[in-house]
Formats: sequence, C-alpha cells, structure tokens
Amino acid sequence: MAVKALYDYNYPAADTQDKFHGNQLLYVGWDDHLMFCAPFAYCLPPDTKFSELVEKHLPHSYSRHPDWAQIDFAKAVWLKSGQPFQPDMNKTLAEQGLKHKDVLRLQTPGLNGNGTYF
Amino acid sequence: MDMKATKKKLGLKEKYAHMTRGLGWDTTYQPMDKVFPQAAFEGIKIHDWDKWEDPFRLTMDAYWKYQAEKERKLYAVLDAFAQNNGHLGITDARYLNAVKLFLTGISPLEYVAHRGFAAAGRNFPGVGPRVACLMQSIDEVRHAQTQIHALSNYNKFYEGFHAGATHQIERVWYLSVPKSFFDDAFSAGPFEWMIAIGFSFEYVLTNLLFVPFMSGAAYNGDMATVTFGFSAQSDEARHMTLGLECIKFMLEQDPDNLPIVQKWIDKWAWRGIRVLTLVGMMMDYMLPKRVMSWKEAWEIYFEQNGGALFNDLAKYGIKVPECITQCTVDKEHISHQAWATFYQYAHASDFHTWLPNDEEMDWLSAKYPNTFDKYYRPRFTQWREMADKGERFYNNTLPMLCQVCQIPMVFTEPDDPTKICYRESEYQGEKYHTCSDGCKHIFDDEPEKYIQAWLPVHQIYQGNCFPEGTDPTVEGFDPMLKVLEWYHIENGKDNMDYEGSGDQANFAAWRGMATQNT
Repeated sequence: MAVKALYDYNYPAADTQDKFHGNQLLYVGWDDHLMFCAPFAYCLPPDTKFSELVEKHLPHSYSRHPDWAQIDFAKAVWLKSGQPFQPDMNKTLAEQGLKHKDVLRLQTPGLNGNGTYF
Repeated sequence: MDMKATKKKLGLKEKYAHMTRGLGWDTTYQPMDKVFPQAAFEGIKIHDWDKWEDPFRLTMDAYWKYQAEKERKLYAVLDAFAQNNGHLGITDARYLNAVKLFLTGISPLEYVAHRGFAAAGRNFPGVGPRVACLMQSIDEVRHAQTQIHALSNYNKFYEGFHAGATHQIERVWYLSVPKSFFDDAFSAGPFEWMIAIGFSFEYVLTNLLFVPFMSGAAYNGDMATVTFGFSAQSDEARHMTLGLECIKFMLEQDPDNLPIVQKWIDKWAWRGIRVLTLVGMMMDYMLPKRVMSWKEAWEIYFEQNGGALFNDLAKYGIKVPECITQCTVDKEHISHQAWATFYQYAHASDFHTWLPNDEEMDWLSAKYPNTFDKYYRPRFTQWREMADKGERFYNNTLPMLCQVCQIPMVFTEPDDPTKICYRESEYQGEKYHTCSDGCKHIFDDEPEKYIQAWLPVHQIYQGNCFPEGTDPTVEGFDPMLKVLEWYHIENGKDNMDYEGSGDQANFAAWRGMATQNT
C-alpha cells in the first residue's frame, strides 16, 4: 500500500548513509543479556575492522557485565538479520558486506547471566 | 388591537439549530470540493452530513459560560495550593517525577490536539462535526494551558520542570515517542485523525491515560493535578462521545468505509498502546502510593470496557484489532521493561529514577505472579548489588530504536520474554527495523511516511542535537553532555538517581520545617 495523499507523496529518507559524515550505522545486540535493555546503535567508518568492533567498541558498551570476559569469540555465534553470519575479524565492515543499518546478534552459548538473562 | 409580543428567547432546540446547523452554507463562487479538498482523498464516502448526530447539542455561547465558570474554580484552587505550600502535602517528592513525565510528555500533546482538531474542523464539509471539532480544539488548548499553570507551581521548588511543555518535546529521546504519535496522526487526513485521536486515543485509551495519572495524583496528595483532572473531566466525556459518534457516522454512511476504518483502528490501537508503555511504567514504579497495577488497569479499562465497546461495534462489522493477542502477553512485561530502560538511561532523562525497594518488589511479585520474580526481580536485584558496591550501572551506548513507535528496541518476543523482538523491512534499498509485528505492519503499509521519522539516536549521530556553534572536533568533546545541554537537561540536577538528588534533600528539609521545630 502507498500513502494516500492529495499530491505526489515523495520525501527523502531521514537516515540514509550520506547523512552520517562518512560513517555507517551498525546495530549489535547480545542475546540473553538484558542488563542492556536494547541492542546498541554504533556509528562507525565502513573501514572499521571487525576485530576493532569486537575488541574496542563492544567492550566499551558491554564489559561491565561479568559474562563479557568469559566469551570465547571462537565459539560465538553471529546472526545478521536473523540469519547465520560468519564474520572475518581481519576484514572491515565494508569488506564483509556489512551495510548501513545492518543488525547483528551476538550469541554466546552457555552464557546467560547465570540463567537469569541479566 | 393588542400586538402579539415576539418571543425574546429561543428555545434550546431552536438555539441549537441556529447556532450550529444554521451556521453552515454551501459555497457558490467556488465548488465545494475545491473548498474542502481534504474531504475525499482518504477514500471515506459521506453521502449526507446532516445525518451527523450531535449527542451533546452544545452551542458556543453555552460552551463559553460553562468553561469560564470551571476555570474560575480551577484557578481559585491553584492559588490556594500555591499560597498554602500545597507541594509539601504530597506523599514524597519521588512522586513528582511522574508529574514531570506528564508535563513534558502529555501536555504538549494537548496543544497538538488543539491544532489537529482546528484543522479537522476546517476540513470537514459537515457543519455538525465542524462545530464539535471547534469546541474540542478550544478544550485542548485550554487543557495545555491549565496543565502548565497547575504544574508551574512545582517549578518554583523542584528540578526538571524548567523546560516545561515546549522545549523538550521536539528534542528528548523518549518524548519523541508521544510526539511521533501525534505527528503521524496530524499528517494524515481529517478522517484518520478522528480515528487516531478522537476514537483510539480519546475513547479506547483515555481511561488508561487519565485515570492512572489523576488517581495517582489523588493517592499521592497532589491537589493541583487532581483539580485540573476534575476540571477536564466533563470535556473528556464530550471528546469520547465525539470520537464514538464519528466512527459510527463513517460506518453508517457507506459500506465501503468499513475496511478503511478497520485498518485505522488496528493501526491506532497499536500506536496508542505502545505510547501507553510510559503510563504502565508510571503506575507500577513511579507512584510512592500506588493505585493499581498496569496489568489490572489494562484488564479493567481495556479488556472489559474496550471489550464491551467492540461488541457494540460488531454490528457494523468492526473486529477487535489483531494486536490485542500480543497485548494480552505484553501486559505482564512492558512496565518492567520500560522502567529498566529508564533506570539505565537515567543520566539522559529529565526526571529521576530509583530501584524498587523490597516492599515494592514484593508488591510487584504479587501483582505479576507469572513474570516479575522470574524475569525482572533478578535484574533489579543485580543492579542493586552493583549500586551498593558503588558501581551504579548507567548504559553508555545509544540504543537501537523502532522506526515506527521510536521506543528503544526493549520489547521481547511474544513467546519468549528472554529474547529481544527484532523485525526488519526493506524499502528502496534501505533497511528499517521495528520492535514488533504491530509496528512492522504499520511501516510496511506506509513506508514512504515512516522513512522520514526523526529518530533521536540517528539524529544525535548525524550531529543535529548539539547547541548551535558546537565544535565536535575539539579535544575532550563529550557528545552526551552537549546533547543534554541541547535538551535543556541540567546534568547532575534534573537527571540520574532520586537518591541523593536536590529534590530529595529539599523536600526533606522543607517538610521538616513544616512539621518540626528544628
């Protein structure tokens, strides 16, 4: 369905990538850890290496959780838009096809706030 | 011969006829459809505007008289409240955080409702609804004004009231939730506006909005807000009746209107319910003396009263909105999820937060036997342990937001309260994320509209939420502090914990002076 209007209804999207000063948005949620009420929105250059995301940006947000230090990233499961995703730590976001406003979910089997989902 | 004296006064019926229906006319210089261009584009077919039944038969002269009398009484009470330090009679200054949420989140909606009903009154060709919309428009601007006046007294003594009802609504992240609701309605046509605000908001959901706030005010000794509530009550009754009359009128005029009306009811019920998350949180967590739980309010005012309404509308073919299945699950979760959100983003909010104490957690367990102890008590307990160690948790990263309701993506899957609910759509090569099937459905129906959403998190990242002249490239630039400055939230005063706040200290000191000799 389209918007019903008296005229040709056509307005630009508010959040296209060109408005983020050379960066792109990337959303990341950590499953089973609701100490953090919602997934996070990161605004990062497309040439950010995935290792930088995991070693710098995510710890900034998540490291206060006692489970964070326990994560074995070799065993972590990633989903992109709900589908399995195999990140390459040495590639940049752009190089592994992560586009503006993509959403990743990090799953760390065995870690769930000691069964409380905290 | 005696002259027969002319009757000096019109009877009520004649007066109504002259003062409402008699004020309308058909245009001659221009065709009617040019003068009323918005009457037809939404697809609603109206054959006879005279079939509009006005249940109140109120005329403008009587309106002025009643309202003037009511406001004289209201302002007399407000003066007495101010002169007698009425603010010291509330249960606890913690309560005022609910009032701050009302002033910054609800009062501005009254003003937009004023504008919206003025526009609807202009755009309907029928004189009956035009007069009714005119009165509601004036009601709404009066409500905005009387609310601001009623609450301004608190601004003399407490933090978080100074930016009032105008500055923050266009800026602050959580206020974009109610704002976007009204923007969505106002940018639709006049008939959709009437379903969105007149029916869904004023009729289906108003009891869930006003009763909790007004009962909460009464329970917590806030005479200023109670008096305003009483004053507005008769107007609200008229608004509800207008909303219901409008929906029945549309359905009776043409059978083709049914699917359009049903679509709007489905959409606006969900939009409204999402906004009411804030009210649920207020009821369960923010009142020192609680009225009832959000779940109980939902069951009485929506499931029972709303159920009766939908039974009544079934004869027109209207069905209960599909989203209600999810609401039956959500009623046991959303207030806890919302308070958990404000607790961790309290540094970015215009009111104070706190963790529920043991007595409050026991009350929540009793009210939410299926969910609180299982899912939410552990969260609050662990945050409390952190706080006791001097490591109070503030979330330091901006959250992902729903493209439609604009609430952070805090809601969980209907069948699993441990998993965040992610929904995704694509439009013109760009991804859009929503928090629920309800919001995704609304997005997919009119993507052209929602791609324009002013999402606070994205706007911050675009650099649009700093005071003029801010240079984000200077050394040590702290974007969060600049955003707070732009919000007119005074860091360390208006935000963060209630425990240790100026409000807490001042209330204790002033009440002490009122009740003790030292």
